Amino acid sequence: MNQLGFPILSLITYLPLVGAFIVATLSGDDEKVAGKARCIAFIFSIVVLALGVFVWTQFNPAIAGYQFVEAVPWLSGINVEYSMGVDGISLFLILLTLLLTPIAILASHGIKTRARSFFAAMLLLETMTVGMFAATDFVLFYIFFEAVLLPMYLIIGVWGGERRVYAAVKFFVFTLAGSLFMLLALVWIWRHLGTTNIAVMTHSHISPEAQTWLFLAFLAAFGVKAAVWPLHTWLPDAYGEAPIPGTIMLAAVLSKMGAYGFLRFALPMLPNASAMFEPLMFVLGVVAVIYISYVALAQTDMKRMIAYSSVAHMGVIIIGLFTFTVEGIEGALFQMLSHGLVIAGLFICAGIITARGETLTLRNLGSLAINMPVFAAALLFFTLANMGLPGTSGFIGEILVIVGALKVNFWVSLLGGAGMVLGVTYSLVLVRAVLFEKYARPELSRLKDLTGREYAMLVPLAVLVMWLGVYPSSFTHAFDAPIAAMVQAHTAALNPHIALAMVTAK
Amino acid sequence: MFTLIAVLAPLVGAILSGVARPLLGKLVSVWSTIVFMLISAASAIMAYRGGVQPALHIAHWVQVGTFTSSWTLRQDQLSLVMLVMVSVVSMLIHVYSVGYMAHDKTPQRFMSYISLFTFAMLMLVTSNNLLQLFFGWEGVGLVSYLLINYWYDRKAANDAAIKAFIVNRVGDLAFAVGIALAYFTFGSIQFDVIFAGVSSHVGQYYTLFGTQMPVLEVISFLLFIGAMGKSAQIVLHTWLADAMEGPTPISALIHAATMVAAGVFMIVRMSPLINAAPAAMGFITFVGGTTAFFAATIGCVQNDIKRVIAYSTCSQLGYMFLAAGVGAYPVAMFHLINHALFKALLFLAAGSVIHAMSDEQDIRLMGGLAGKLPFTCAMMLIGSLALIAIPPFSGYYSKDAILDAAFSAHTPIATYGWVCGTLGAGLTAFYTSRLFFLVFTGKSRAPKHVQDHVHESPFVMLLPLLVLGIGAFASGFVLKPYFIGSEFQSFWGNSINVAANSTMFTMDKVANWAENAPLALAIFGILVAALFYLLVPALPGRLSQSFSPVYKFLLNKWYFDEMYDALLVRPSLRLAKFAWRFGDEQVIDGVPKGLAALTSDASAQAVKLQTGSIALYAFIMLIGLVVFVSLFIWVR
Repeated sequence: MNQLGFPILSLITYLPLVGAFIVATLSGDDEKVAGKARCIAFIFSIVVLALGVFVWTQFNPAIAGYQFVEAVPWLSGINVEYSMGVDGISLFLILLTLLLTPIAILASHGIKTRARSFFAAMLLLETMTVGMFAATDFVLFYIFFEAVLLPMYLIIGVWGGERRVYAAVKFFVFTLAGSLFMLLALVWIWRHLGTTNIAVMTHSHISPEAQTWLFLAFLAAFGVKAAVWPLHTWLPDAYGEAPIPGTIMLAAVLSKMGAYGFLRFALPMLPNASAMFEPLMFVLGVVAVIYISYVALAQTDMKRMIAYSSVAHMGVIIIGLFTFTVEGIEGALFQMLSHGLVIAGLFICAGIITARGETLTLRNLGSLAINMPVFAAALLFFTLANMGLPGTSGFIGEILVIVGALKVNFWVSLLGGAGMVLGVTYSLVLVRAVLFEKYARPELSRLKDLTGREYAMLVPLAVLVMWLGVYPSSFTHAFDAPIAAMVQAHTAALNPHIALAMVTAK
Repeated sequence: MFTLIAVLAPLVGAILSGVARPLLGKLVSVWSTIVFMLISAASAIMAYRGGVQPALHIAHWVQVGTFTSSWTLRQDQLSLVMLVMVSVVSMLIHVYSVGYMAHDKTPQRFMSYISLFTFAMLMLVTSNNLLQLFFGWEGVGLVSYLLINYWYDRKAANDAAIKAFIVNRVGDLAFAVGIALAYFTFGSIQFDVIFAGVSSHVGQYYTLFGTQMPVLEVISFLLFIGAMGKSAQIVLHTWLADAMEGPTPISALIHAATMVAAGVFMIVRMSPLINAAPAAMGFITFVGGTTAFFAATIGCVQNDIKRVIAYSTCSQLGYMFLAAGVGAYPVAMFHLINHALFKALLFLAAGSVIHAMSDEQDIRLMGGLAGKLPFTCAMMLIGSLALIAIPPFSGYYSKDAILDAAFSAHTPIATYGWVCGTLGAGLTAFYTSRLFFLVFTGKSRAPKHVQDHVHESPFVMLLPLLVLGIGAFASGFVLKPYFIGSEFQSFWGNSINVAANSTMFTMDKVANWAENAPLALAIFGILVAALFYLLVPALPGRLSQSFSPVYKFLLNKWYFDEMYDALLVRPSLRLAKFAWRFGDEQVIDGVPKGLAALTSDASAQAVKLQTGSIALYAFIMLIGLVVFVSLFIWVR
């Protein structure tokens, strides 16, 4: 079956589901149930995290293909398998999900109403997300991809802010509309190739004309999920209205689904179309970086400002992916991890303010550095990581994308890197408004510094951000094999005669 | 090994006083930074005595494809000289800060920052590849931000800090793209690989702006734009004067002696590459010469004691670039070291004055302090004479060498640089003497309660002043034979690449009149200042009225800030509002608005459906999923 002889990925995927059932069947008065549900959800998520770390220790970075593979015949009549596996690309995205779920559960302290359903939804979300990253069959991937919507829609719509229904419906409609195109693509591919196995699909030949249409379908699906400009407008609403734990999962993990989709499907399966659309994607990426950074600068709400900064970073990721260079793609992948950790840290900081009964309107904040020095240090740290300061994780992704983009085009590199300047602008404006400007209201001086629970959320993230920044090789090591194979295959597909020369040379 | 200790000790100190503060208590954490700085300075001197050694590899950093960079400490002559200078000056300023920040609420935070700064600066000067240099480069920029913003309850400090970071980042973006282009060209960002590869890429071109440009020129230009940001050269200089919002010790350490000189250091470090880029060298000469003159003119009319010195720093950095631009890299380094000593001395002496004057910084409200602050006055005098370049003080040896080198190059641009620099020498003498006369001579113009309070600073502040004073006096004639004398090639070894046709070999053969012109102008400048501020004190006021456009132009710093505000800052803010309110909310959201209108009915229904039962939601979703799967099966 696989090197462990045990379906560990399925275990990781479905264990939270078991937890969700247990949580959902709890009974008793609301207060007690909330505490119990949180506790159970936390324990399950930690156990799953431990399993995930175990998989990492057993992972062999030298192999380009899938590992821990498990495959069971499933809809065998139509040639669909239930199959799972991880490679260097999905390994850390799964770990990111596993790490952020317990942190998001810790951040759910304020959820008192319908807590049972909330924690069941969180665990359900974990199952769906991990399943999506681990699926190696397109149908299975599609089901998980859609199913993620389910708990997330509820989390926004039920526990969100004032305009939660609007935000939830917008989120739902945008992503669903996008992924319908993916369904069409899926059906087409399955009819023409006769398989939905991702590894097989990747190595099949698709005519360039068909690739164009398939690429557009993927762009609709993954572009919305990744909030590629101009498909991003659902994002500020969803991020702004979701409760903090929901925002953390959305921003840190769910936004990676789109970029992952591009990397897993669009790039390797559709080399001609990807090359053809490369200029378009660069333009979209550059516009996202510059235009969205400006929009972020104008924001008056902390959460929305962070949300827009997240869209700007997605632009960098898109640029990196479409450079088709090892540096650019690994940079994009690294930026996905880094952004997940950093944005989670920033939203936790926002949550710390709301937990003290304050709103996140920037005009009503200020001078928090005086009474909350540790909080100030944390917010500053994550902000610096967000703007890509060397020594933090944000820098590695950013510089790799700049390097990768320069191999393709000077201006893409320079303009894509413009986030270095514009990002500083809105980030420092945010920090000034929250931490330094004079007290907007005297009540702010009574806020208390971090609690133990808040330390427990922020410290692991901060340590990881430093680790990724100072010794990124522990992570990029695992990217090397699959990304190098992908870039090589891409070059070969575009230049058949070179590929032939390579074969004969061997 | 000593290098490693010298670099890491400040980091340990920073962590102890910054993070472990609650465990250690205020006093211990403050003094721990001092102890670790002493260790660092001592190790740096030991490392220097140990001589040049191969680079010390610590760990890998980035390894992606062929893009590799490691944490490595380079230990060639250039790195070792900088290592000693930075750690010793930083150690002195640490000691000084204990006295200066004694009344502050959070001295441990301050000490932690400057120790962190020292670590980043040492990483910068000992880096063995462009990426680690960039790490230190951004690290010092960050701490500069934190320290300018140290008194964060002041709005001016917030604004100055943000300005400094953003302006620096503009340069850094060019620097980062330059790193990428260097990697693209040479296939590596290791210094040694780049330097070895220069000769084989001389004829290589890179298409930019639709034309073919020599790739080495493009890289050099990009790197130099980065240096312009950090070293506050004209166009990217506006942040430096505002940075004086920070406490005075950091103005001495960061905004005079070390960080702002990083740009010069980087250009000297990259000398093998720069030498192969004659157009970029011309540009460096032009920018350096212009800044040397332009900043000096502004310095002549400023009234804030620290801002005068800040513009002087800007101008002196221009001299260093002028030297680098004409290929006299050792002279640039010589002036860098001398400047670090005398400018740190001037800032610390100014700090001592400010400390004595109850935080007053306006020189129009000082005067007559020579009697009350004799020691500070003597130290300020040494610093001023070194800055004015009067023999035998240090500035004389290096600044004259710079101008000689520029003169002997005999190219139009170098001659332009020489004219700017020579005029600048006169202006330097004028503003420095003006500052000295206004602060220390005449009658006191301060309010009564301030006057009564004037006192000489404590010993812990005066001791560093004394050490720096000795340095500013002696560093010129002591170091000259090694740095730029006949021995210079054996002193620097291969750490600096001096081209065979460099002005280093011609600067001794300059015509007498040209050699003496700067000194003559400097003495003239002192005399004018004496006339204005000692003999006829009414004269400056009358002059400023009759030449009011010129005076206003200088007082407003050539209107750079106003121009940037009108052309960049305000349009950007307006654009940001517009992009959000119109672009995002009207245009992009307008397309799905029609869709939203449709769904608003649906959502009204959805609200009714919102019974709160998760089972119901899940059931509805399940139906959806079934529909999808059946669609899938049906379509096949």
